[in-house]
Amino acid sequence: MPAAPPDGEPALHVESLDVTYGRALSALRSVSLTVPHGGVVALLGANGAGKTTLLRAVSGTLRLHRGAITAGRVRYGDTVLDGRDPVAAVRAGVVQVPEGRRVFAGLTVDENLRAGGLGLSRRAPAQVRQARDRVFALFPRLAERTHQAAGLLSGGEQQMLAIGRALMAAPRLLLLDEPSLGLAPQMVHRIAEVIREIHTQGTAVLLVEQNAGMALSLADHAHVLEVGEIGLSGPAGELARTDAVRRLYLGETADGQGAA
Amino acid sequence: MTGLLDNLLNGVALGSVYALIALGFVTIFKASGVLSFAHGSLLLLGGYLVAVLHDDLGFAGALALAVVVTALVAGALDRLVLQRVGTDSHAAHVQTIVTIGIDIILVTDLARRIGGDLLTLGDPWGDSVTDLGPVTVADSRIAAIVVSAVAIAGAFALFRFTPWGLSLRAAAEDAEAAALMGVRLTRVRAIAWCLAGGLAALAAVFLVAFPAPGLERTTGQIALKAFPAAILGGMASPVGALVGSMLIGLTEALVAGYQSDLHVLGEGFGDVAPYAVMVLVLLVRPTGLFAARGAARV
Repeated sequence: MPAAPPDGEPALHVESLDVTYGRALSALRSVSLTVPHGGVVALLGANGAGKTTLLRAVSGTLRLHRGAITAGRVRYGDTVLDGRDPVAAVRAGVVQVPEGRRVFAGLTVDENLRAGGLGLSRRAPAQVRQARDRVFALFPRLAERTHQAAGLLSGGEQQMLAIGRALMAAPRLLLLDEPSLGLAPQMVHRIAEVIREIHTQGTAVLLVEQNAGMALSLADHAHVLEVGEIGLSGPAGELARTDAVRRLYLGETADGQGAA
Repeated sequence: MTGLLDNLLNGVALGSVYALIALGFVTIFKASGVLSFAHGSLLLLGGYLVAVLHDDLGFAGALALAVVVTALVAGALDRLVLQRVGTDSHAAHVQTIVTIGIDIILVTDLARRIGGDLLTLGDPWGDSVTDLGPVTVADSRIAAIVVSAVAIAGAFALFRFTPWGLSLRAAAEDAEAAALMGVRLTRVRAIAWCLAGGLAALAAVFLVAFPAPGLERTTGQIALKAFPAAILGGMASPVGALVGSMLIGLTEALVAGYQSDLHVLGEGFGDVAPYAVMVLVLLVRPTGLFAARGAARV
């Protein structure tokens, strides 16, 4: 469990954010949202709505995609994150699990986990061990496969590794980009349990999902992103009952889909 | 029989020097996706520094300083020049072309300084030889093998056991994911260039040692022979670079050793042999001997 943060109870604040790619393509317009300390916020939306772009803006990887923040702010507690590099976010305690898992396929499970701690320089071995114990407690299956190449794990195991890798940086806020993507329903259920557990341990979560059923069952609060702008916002329970969300994201037969 | 042993030993010595250069190519390629055509000029710079410094500093001091300076020059070239040329996915291609420009500038300046001279590096081996059972070996070759082995082992230890090595391997797999873990890509690749520069300077000393006549302005071109070594090893694999270098070194030594029996191929086939081997290997294994592991599962 991370110690009490020095700056009180930091929250992620995204304020009227505009993002464009290649100086022309507008991806986000005036997007604002807040993830309170220890909270779980879901961000829903279709493909291309700008969900991943928002996470890139928080993590500082827009530049790798020729994107830039043209207006607005991103703050985590007292730390300004817009215009900074990814290291700044990691050091501030904001760590992202990217879409599609993106584990280092040629490296072993153990090396992947060690890579997760690379952003924090000069950490005591005891802290690293503690972080690793936490990951293995959450994902006992990874503990059995430490010397296996990550590329040989199943999709679900890779998602576990991707989350475990991020936890190695001892985040206070975890950004999850479509953790249920491409996983079997049972594995989606398992991942949802893990996210709930991570949250119970005191880590805030910003959950980006197309699987609205799963996301709304986990979140306190949710936003729907529609072509670069926040459409709907509200408590997750309320949002799940609105017609628009039911029709667009939960589908007519989605009651059983991933909703725990 | 003695002839064969001689040739094999020469091949290993040559191969270990190529390995120093090829390992640099591979490290740079892994870290930045850039094919460094500036490597020959860095090698020449390293050799030149030893040549002009050894009178004052002694050989060991001159070599140490040359390695450090060449490493810093390589790192600075990457950080201050190459990394400013684009940051998107096509940047590596542009940067590769820029290395050609850097090479031309550096080689031109060094050639102007060296002129038509043959510079000696003041190495302690001179032209002395050692009898090893049936064969007689130049001390410079024994030194080349020993020093290369130590340097290469050191480089592999860096890859395997240091945070930098882990950062390099992670970034080579997925640069964006590594960045999200807080890996500073700019620093990781600048250090990769430093390592490659230092290895090139070290290689220079053995390339121009006995029985080679000394450092001349064209010495840097020898670095090009390590290119086929790196490519046939798979370009991104340090182990592949080692195997490729040995293959190239042995081929060259054997072809040169049996030149008289191979006269159908014409004089000087030894210079062509590395490329012939590369083409043959690539015909059989188009991605090289040790291409990226096919472990990835979708």
